[in-house]
Amino acid sequence: MDKNIFHSVRMDEDKCLGCMNCIKHCPTEAIRVRDGKANIIKEKCIDCGKCIEVCPHHAKYAERERLQKIIDFKYTVALPAPSLYGQFKNLEDANYVLAGLIKMGFDSVFEVSCAAEIVSQITREKIKNNKTGKPIISSACPAVCRLISVSYPSLLPQLLDMNAPMEIAAAMARREAIEKTGLKSEDIGIFFITPCPAKVTAIKNPMTLREPIIDGAVAISDIYPVLVQQMSRLAKDGKEIEDLQRSGKIGVSWAASGGESAALFHDNYLAADGIENVKEILSEIENEQLNGLDFIELNACTCGCVGGALTAENPFIAKRRLQILRKYLPVSGEHYTKEQEEADKDFLYWQKQPEANNIMRLADNLKDAMRIMGEINELEAKLPQLDCGTCGAPSCKSLAEDIVRGFADIHDCMFCTRNEYAQSQEPGASLLREILPAPFRTRKENKNADSKKSD
Amino acid sequence: MEPIRMKYEVRSDDFSVAGEASGKIKRTLKDLGLDASVVRNVAIAVYEGEINMVIHANGGYIEVEINPDKIKIVLKDSGPGIPDVEKAMQAGFSTAPENIRALGFGAGMGLPNIKKYSDEMYIDTELGVGTTITLGFNI
Repeated sequence: MDKNIFHSVRMDEDKCLGCMNCIKHCPTEAIRVRDGKANIIKEKCIDCGKCIEVCPHHAKYAERERLQKIIDFKYTVALPAPSLYGQFKNLEDANYVLAGLIKMGFDSVFEVSCAAEIVSQITREKIKNNKTGKPIISSACPAVCRLISVSYPSLLPQLLDMNAPMEIAAAMARREAIEKTGLKSEDIGIFFITPCPAKVTAIKNPMTLREPIIDGAVAISDIYPVLVQQMSRLAKDGKEIEDLQRSGKIGVSWAASGGESAALFHDNYLAADGIENVKEILSEIENEQLNGLDFIELNACTCGCVGGALTAENPFIAKRRLQILRKYLPVSGEHYTKEQEEADKDFLYWQKQPEANNIMRLADNLKDAMRIMGEINELEAKLPQLDCGTCGAPSCKSLAEDIVRGFADIHDCMFCTRNEYAQSQEPGASLLREILPAPFRTRKENKNADSKKSD
Repeated sequence: MEPIRMKYEVRSDDFSVAGEASGKIKRTLKDLGLDASVVRNVAIAVYEGEINMVIHANGGYIEVEINPDKIKIVLKDSGPGIPDVEKAMQAGFSTAPENIRALGFGAGMGLPNIKKYSDEMYIDTELGVGTTITLGFNI
């Protein structure tokens, strides 16, 4: 795995206090605290944005494009994620969002929800023809795809072998823009309006495309204030709003968990959201406990994309708003024909297979792996099993693994260090026995401290 | 080569923790880089065993021994024992009480599934003393 691989999720060292919140929540145990600062292990990070969500000091952030970048191109197209539509109070017509984006400076818009409807249509077909006896897993959430490649690589063959709606939308938008303007491809800038850092990473570093096809990602939360301003101006103008929306209920529903599944028009599916739930479901799929299902939709964020770390609104409120917004929409946009599908094959389907990331494996061969595991188990038995995090690793087990891999030392565990010195005859050793943070003092130690106080 | 040994306790009457041991064993096998089908077979068989211990035997413990060519797993309980092993091995034969079946367990597939997913299976059972199931998985 390339160490210099692009990651959207980054650390701001100045803001990091070295607290243990993030290490405990990272689904791939990719964070360690060292020298008072959190460090992200790049090879393990799936850019899900959980650490951004839980960091109380806002020391984690998502690297993304600033809106100014659009001046680098002669013609720009915004690709709004359907989750964008759920961010606005009292919005009854998504055309205001689309017209607002153009007012902001984009030359045109291409809804990602349009591409989502195409994916839904083809998925229905694929389910009908699926003879593997195993459910197809949605490939729309890039954090889930990366999680599978890191922790559940045996499930890669079950992924829907289509590119994500954002990628398909980009290819279609570019083609449309070239036809319309006659400009060269490099003069056209395609920008995704993103709800999450995972998609920023997926843009720079696509798992199933030969090369990146999107020029940048702009965060929903960044454009939100300007977009709201433009939208209310449009509303105040009172002029009839241009009808730019081409997607229907199906496409818009993709913004929230269950939307992609509902588009399959039957109920033999499962939709799970939130990274911990996703992990449990993936494990169940591995154990072949869900083989009776046709389709499994997984979203790393709570409620799906509306729960992304770069959105502006609470996910449940955004989800509720989408219910109102889609009420009067047609079921779907234009039907996508077999001829179109044939012509678009190159960007609809994977251009390359997603690769397994074997970072979690201890060694390439079983004997070495067993030797390393033996050492890890032996070390783990010496650790207090408190998973307190004060060593900077999320659990005693992960510290044991870090030590064996040469990234940490047994003395990083304050309990091991304390026990070692406390047993010695050195002056001050008895004092050491009493110095422990409150949660780790045993009753006896507490009593000793209390009686000292009253002395 | 020194085998890797692990031991897990399975607590009784607690469905919420059933699956914990098989989950940990699965993680270990994945970390070792074992073939996905071996990992799956062990995970399924041990999970069935864990559920059996919770339903029928007031818990017990699971011992794992990983060798370069073979995984050995011992599921040991001090439960009531199995009166008729042959019958218990039949698919669909169940002695689970109604409240357990209502939870979706006790479909009579426990032992048959364990047999299906393991390469070797030995049952040693004595009424009133307990049951020990020894499983072998080829790597």
